[in-house]
Amino acid sequence: MTAQIIGTYFVCLSLIIGSGFVLVGAIGLLKFNDPMTRLHAPTKVGTVGIGMLLIASIIHSFDIGQPSTHELLIMAFLFVTAPISANFIGKVNIHCQACDTPPPPADGDTWSTLDVPVPDSER
Amino acid sequence: MILATQFLNIALAITFLALALGQVMAMVRLLLGPTSGDRVLALDTMVINALGLVIVLGIYKGVQIYFEVALLIAMLGFVSTVALARFILRGDIIE
Repeated sequence: MTAQIIGTYFVCLSLIIGSGFVLVGAIGLLKFNDPMTRLHAPTKVGTVGIGMLLIASIIHSFDIGQPSTHELLIMAFLFVTAPISANFIGKVNIHCQACDTPPPPADGDTWSTLDVPVPDSER
Repeated sequence: MILATQFLNIALAITFLALALGQVMAMVRLLLGPTSGDRVLALDTMVINALGLVIVLGIYKGVQIYFEVALLIAMLGFVSTVALARFILRGDIIE
């Protein structure tokens, strides 16, 4: 039972966990019945699923004797960009009235997402 | 070592299958999707699943060069998602 064999088993475990989360996210995307509910399911694919696959890739690179931790870059990039794209898709849902519109703000303003842009000539 | 390698091959096969199934399910949502937000979300999920497929292919082949491909796909996927969402929101990408 050398370190290499234990590492290979850890690669297997990470791959299985990652593929499980990928499946959960895809089933959620397909089965939920409300656009805002559907938005939350694929976040598991983006963070835990791909994260576990990247961890498997790191352990495997140490296993085969070419150590590299570059995959952490992809992980950091995905963790930073996933909330931004989710926010944009949520704004699209609000904008297209695919979900309940949020309650009006207190002082007679409108939400910035629902605000109609003023043309430059009228400013 | 032979047993561990066999386990690794089985795990890789399961992961390929799961990612492919996820890709098909996202494609079904892309075709059904009642709202345009759903379609953008399905495209985003498909890009992330493709990223996972590239990473698992890199593990399978034992080649490091697939890392750059995965990074490029991640960046392109984010930019295209934001561009699509912005186009639906404003009718224009760069105002």
